[in-house]
Amino acid sequence: MPSLPALALHDVSKRYGRRWALARLTYALPPGRSLLLTGHNGSGKTTLLRLLATALSPTAGRVEVLGRDAVADRDSVRRDVALLSHASFLYEDLTAHQNLTVLARLLGHPSPKDGASALLTRVGLEKRSDNPVRGFSAGMRKRLAIARLLLKAPNLALLDEPFGELDPAGIRDMEGFISELKAGGVTVVLATHLVEQGMTLCEERLHLQDGRAVDA
Amino acid sequence: MSTSRPRPIGLIGATLALLRKDLLIEWRTRARLNAIIFFALATLLMFSFALGPDTRQLEKNAGGYFWLAILFASVLAMGESFRVESENACLDGIRLAPADARAIYLSKALGNALLLIALGIVLLPVMVALYGVKVATGFVDLGTVLLLGSLALSAPGTVYAAISSNARARDVLLPLLLFPLVIPALLSLAKATSLVLQGDPMNQLGSWLGLLLGFNLIYWGVGFVLFPRIIED
Repeated sequence: MPSLPALALHDVSKRYGRRWALARLTYALPPGRSLLLTGHNGSGKTTLLRLLATALSPTAGRVEVLGRDAVADRDSVRRDVALLSHASFLYEDLTAHQNLTVLARLLGHPSPKDGASALLTRVGLEKRSDNPVRGFSAGMRKRLAIARLLLKAPNLALLDEPFGELDPAGIRDMEGFISELKAGGVTVVLATHLVEQGMTLCEERLHLQDGRAVDA
Repeated sequence: MSTSRPRPIGLIGATLALLRKDLLIEWRTRARLNAIIFFALATLLMFSFALGPDTRQLEKNAGGYFWLAILFASVLAMGESFRVESENACLDGIRLAPADARAIYLSKALGNALLLIALGIVLLPVMVALYGVKVATGFVDLGTVLLLGSLALSAPGTVYAAISSNARARDVLLPLLLFPLVIPALLSLAKATSLVLQGDPMNQLGSWLGLLLGFNLIYWGVGFVLFPRIIED
């Protein structure tokens, strides 16, 4: 599907109670490009990422991800999309290795334990592999969350503030992971307040203000 | 690993993977099991103290007290099963994996049923000692009642635990929703357990077990159909 946009928003709105988090947003990301999402807190970045991840359904309008409708083809879209969210999706009482093994089993990986070990080494957590997540620092949780994302081998990676809570070395590593994803042909949508950093990683930019697209 | 595309697993595979995860969490913490065992033991003791030294009364109603203790404890167990998923939005993580919502339901409900069966096994000797009852018709009958009863409580309890998990007053909401729905099953369980404990000269046990099987079919069928809508919408 080289000519289809990686993602397309057709007049998309999302309402929480009385508040409109997104209001009639229309946008298309050309194939092979990555998108930087910017905007102040509460501008609608996280809501947009959750709509693209199919964690939410739009109140109005249509969301297309990799050429498929995010509501009608939800399960199919979910197989191709991975979300790095503010919430880590990690079980506190399980070890880092067990957390990844659970997901690997769900994804049908042929050797879940080996795959989990390889990814923990890749994100630099191999020495903490058998420690419960409850004792992890925020930066370690972020590393484990990116390992979780890499495990899915997605075609579209949605990254919500991936540099948050990371030390300088962690930020460099995260930039490396994002570059690797892009080099592997993965479309990246990156929401961050670190605009300069984001601009080095993404070719397109969408600036949101009160749920609407505006010029940055 | 990251470059190879995994193959999706089916409903049964996902159910087993999630059930394994839930049992692993339970095994690592044992928080739920310990809490419900002590709660249910305390409930059995309270019934015993409330009725005083009248052992005939205790013996006669032992089946009912036994299932009330399990029902009250089950509210704690089922509420806790979704608290684990709320922490760090783990339920979202499973949904987006993606795991079939019906597999999430089956794994949670089966995990809760296993917990209630374990609770029942711990409570039985205590009930025998406290209430002075005997198992008249055999342990196979008792095991069948325990199995059907645990399944009958866990199926609707899991649905309502999911509904109430995001509510502000979830600790109150879950029993308010669950108790009225399981009253018919609870009556059948009390009667069937009484027959197992006091003898079944009229061969009525089979009918009560059949009724419990019917309740299970309804509860599990409705839960299986409704649960995806509950967690997605």
